[in-house]
Amino acid sequence: MEKKDVIIVGGGPAGLAAAVELYEKGITDILILEREKHLGGILRQCIHDGFGLTRFKTTLSGPEYAQRFIDQVLEKQIPCLTDTTVLEVSQDKVVTAASRDGMMQFQAKAVILTMGCRERTRGALAIPGERPAGVFTAGVAQAYMNLYNRMPAKEVVILGSGDIGMIMARRLTLEGAHVQAVFEVQPIPSGLPRNIEQCLNDYNIPLYLSHTVTDIHGNSRLTGVTVSQVDEKMRPIPGTEKEYACDTLILSVGLIPENELSIDAGVRLDNRTRGALVDEHFQTSVEGIFAAGNVLHVHDLVDFVSMEAERLADSAAEYVKNGSLEECPLEIGTDANIGHTIPQRISGRRDVTLSMRVRGVFKNCRIVVRQNGVEIAAKKMKKALPAEMIQIPLKADRIGENGKLEVSVEC
Amino acid sequence: MKQRYDVLIIGGGMIGSAIAREMSRYQLRIGVLEKNLDVCYETSGRNSAVVHGGFAYDEGTLKARLCVEGNRIMGDLARELDFPFLRCGKVLVGNTEEDMETLKRTLVQGEKNGSQGLEIVDEDRLHELVPAAVGRFAMYSPNSGILEPFKYTIALAENAHQNGVDYYFDHEVTGISREEDGSYQVATIQGDYRCRWVVNAAGLGCGKISDMLGIKGYRIIGSKGDYIILDKRTGPLLPMPVYPVPSNTYMGIHVTNTIDGNVTIGPNADLVDNFEYYGVLQKNMDYLAESASRIWPHINRGDYIRNYSGILPKWVDEQGTIQDFRIEIRDDLAPHAINLVGIESPGLTAAVPIARYAIGLMKDREELKENPDFNPVRKGIIRFEEQSKEEQARLIQENPDYGEVICRCEKVTRAEILQAIHNPLGVSTMAGIKYRTRAMMGRCQGGYCQMRLEQMIEEELGKKETEVLYARQGSQVLMGKVRGEA
Repeated sequence: MEKKDVIIVGGGPAGLAAAVELYEKGITDILILEREKHLGGILRQCIHDGFGLTRFKTTLSGPEYAQRFIDQVLEKQIPCLTDTTVLEVSQDKVVTAASRDGMMQFQAKAVILTMGCRERTRGALAIPGERPAGVFTAGVAQAYMNLYNRMPAKEVVILGSGDIGMIMARRLTLEGAHVQAVFEVQPIPSGLPRNIEQCLNDYNIPLYLSHTVTDIHGNSRLTGVTVSQVDEKMRPIPGTEKEYACDTLILSVGLIPENELSIDAGVRLDNRTRGALVDEHFQTSVEGIFAAGNVLHVHDLVDFVSMEAERLADSAAEYVKNGSLEECPLEIGTDANIGHTIPQRISGRRDVTLSMRVRGVFKNCRIVVRQNGVEIAAKKMKKALPAEMIQIPLKADRIGENGKLEVSVEC
Repeated sequence: MKQRYDVLIIGGGMIGSAIAREMSRYQLRIGVLEKNLDVCYETSGRNSAVVHGGFAYDEGTLKARLCVEGNRIMGDLARELDFPFLRCGKVLVGNTEEDMETLKRTLVQGEKNGSQGLEIVDEDRLHELVPAAVGRFAMYSPNSGILEPFKYTIALAENAHQNGVDYYFDHEVTGISREEDGSYQVATIQGDYRCRWVVNAAGLGCGKISDMLGIKGYRIIGSKGDYIILDKRTGPLLPMPVYPVPSNTYMGIHVTNTIDGNVTIGPNADLVDNFEYYGVLQKNMDYLAESASRIWPHINRGDYIRNYSGILPKWVDEQGTIQDFRIEIRDDLAPHAINLVGIESPGLTAAVPIARYAIGLMKDREELKENPDFNPVRKGIIRFEEQSKEEQARLIQENPDYGEVICRCEKVTRAEILQAIHNPLGVSTMAGIKYRTRAMMGRCQGGYCQMRLEQMIEEELGKKETEVLYARQGSQVLMGKVRGEA
C-alpha cells in the first residue's frame, strides 16, 4: 500500500488552503483527492463576486478566489487526483478511493477531511404536498445555470433566506425569470445583510419573514405553492394561507456538513454543528484525522474557511513531524444564546481563536469568555446576527490550567 | 390500425408485468399498454415493499392462498430475475390481553392459510429479534420479508420483454370494443390496437377498464397511505419490519426496513376517490411519527429524507366491506377478457401466483403451446457499492465507467447510470434512472448528481434539455438554456 504523509479529502477551498499551507510548512508528501474533474469545489459555480475581502483584501468571484489557491497548488506541484472519489477513510487512516484508473488505497500519517457540506432538502424539511418537478435547492439551480448553461425556472418562489437563495434570486432575475418573493420561516433573515441589500432590495424582490410553504401543488411540473404565516413557534397559522402560482420553488433552507466518511472513520460529531468535535489543532476524536471548513461547521464567508484550513495545516504539519500534538484538556461550554464554538476543546497553552454563532439577534452586547468565573476575553458588538460568524481571540497567558471555559452573551 | 396481438395487457405494473412474463412462457404475441412512462409510477412503486406471510387474510380467500404461494416462491423468483429480496422475518407487537387474543387468532388463521413457522414470542425473544421494538410480546413470522419494489417490477417487465413482449408507454386506454370476429379493438391515446385476448391489470384503473369491457358495477375505492423515509443511519436499528396488532381491515402503521438500509414509516389509510393525487399531508406525517414511535422509538425529524404516498385499489361491496381479489373471465359479458379487480395488498407478494391463476383461467378456454425459447433468467445492473473491494477493482478494470462515482450518497457509478439510460424497456425519465440505480435516492436527494444525470440523458439519448422529464408526462425539468440557442 502506498504511503503518504497527508491525504486531503476534497479539493475545495478548505482542502486547497490546507495543501498550500502544509507545503509552506515543509510537508510535501501530500495528495489531494477530488471527486470532480476540476479543483475548486462549490466555488466553481459561485460566479458572483464578494469573495476574498478578508483573505486577499479585494473582491473576487468564486472561481477567481479558487484559482488563487489552484495556481499555488500547480506552481508547487502538489499532487492531486481529480475524478477520484474517496469511498472510505478508516480509523487507522487507510484511505480507499476509486477512479477510472481503478481502486486505490493509501496509508496516511494524517488525514484532512475537507468535504464541505450539502444542502438541506425538501424531504428533510418534510414540506407537505405533491412531488412535481420544479422544486430545486438553490445550489442545484445554481449548478444548472452556471455550470451546465441550463435554465431551470420561469416563475419562481424562494423558500429560505439563506445566502445562496438570495444570490439565486438575483441570478434568476438577471437571466429573465420572475422571482415573486422570498419567504423565511424565522422572524429574522438567515443570510447576510449585504445579500438582502444587493440581491433582493436592489431588484424589488420582497422578503417575507415568519412565512413558510405549507403545500406544494402539481402532479407533473410545479403549478403553485401555498404559503402561510407562522407563529412564534414557527407553526403555520390557519387562515393565513395564500396561493402563489409558479413553476419553480427554490429552497435555501440550510446546509449540513457532509460527514458520512467521518462517521465511518469513527469520528465523533457535535450534535449542534453536525461536524466533528475538534480541539484547537482541528484534530477530531480520532488521532491524526483533522477537519476544517464547511465539513466542520457551516461558515458565512469562504475567507474564514481558507483561514481555518491554514490553521489546521499548521497543526497537521506539527503532527506529521512530531507524531503527536499537545493535549487539549480544557472544554468550552456555551450558554443558550451561543449555538456552538469551534474548537470545542483547547490546550490553554497557546493563543487560539474561537469561532461561534449567536442564536438570536443581540444589540449592544458583549460576547464574554470566562474561566472559573473570571473573564478572560470579550468582544463588544453593536449587533450580533446568527447569519454572521463571530471570532474571538484568546491569549494563552489569560487561560488557567484547570477549569472549563464558558462563552455567553451579555446585553 | 396498429399491431395485432394475441393478448394485450392493460397496465404494466407488477401485476401486468407478472402476467406478461408468465404468458411469455407460451407461444403468444403479447403487448402491454401502460399509461405512464415507466412500469412503477403508481401502486407498484408506492407501498411498504413487504413480502407478506399470508396470515392476515380470511381462510379460503384468493388473497390468503396466492399470498402464501407468492411468499413460498419469492426466493427462487429473486434468483431467476435478479432483484433484491430478503427473508428477514417480521414481528407484530402487542401489549394487552386483547392484543394477545388477536395475535393468537391471527396465528391460527395463518396456520390454516398455510403460513409456516408462526409463533408467539415473549418480550425477551422479541428483543432478541428486534432490540429496539416496544411491546410485551409479539407474533413472529420468520418467512415474511422485504424486497425492492421498483427493481422487482422492472425485473418482471424486462424478463417479459426479453421473451418477446412489447411494452407501449404513454398509452392510456380510452375505449374497448368487441368486433364481429370476436377480437377486441383497444383504443389508446396513441391509436388503436387489435387483439384476441384482453387482460385488465390496470390497478387503480381496474374499475374503469372493467366498465369498458362491459363488466359493470365494481365499486373501487382508494386507500391512500402516506410514508416517511428515514436516513440510512437508522437501518441498523431495524432488522425486520415491526407492525402493531392488526385490525380486521387494516395492518396499522408500521416501521419497515428497506433492502437498501433505510427505514420507512407508514401508512395511514385515508379513503379517497381521486386516484391522481399523491400529496402527503402535514397532519398525516405528524400522525405517522407519533404512532410508529410507540412500537419503535427511533424516529427523529433530523433523519427524514423524503416522503411519499401510495393508493391501494380496494373492491368494496355496497356496505363498504373490502372484498377478495377478483380474477375472472366473464364468458357471458366479455369472453376472452381476463378481468382482475381489486388487486391491492398482498398483490406485491402474490403477483406471480396471481398471473399463473389468471393464465389458468385462459387455459381452461384455449390450449396454450409452450414457448421453447422462453428464458426465465434475467440479469439486473451490477451495483458497484454492493461489491467487495476486489470485485470493485475488477469491475473498473473491465469497464472504467465503474470507477466514476456520479451519485455520492448511494455510490452509483457512470457504468450503472449508462445501463439504466439504455434500459431494455426504453424508459428515458430521470425517475427511470433513479428506480434502476438508486441515484438521487440518497440523503442529498440528487443535490449532487441530478445535473449530471440530466446531462447524460441529453447526451446519450440525443434529447434537448426541454425534453427531459422527471417522471410523468409534462414533468419538464428545465425551461431551456441560459444563453445561446434555445
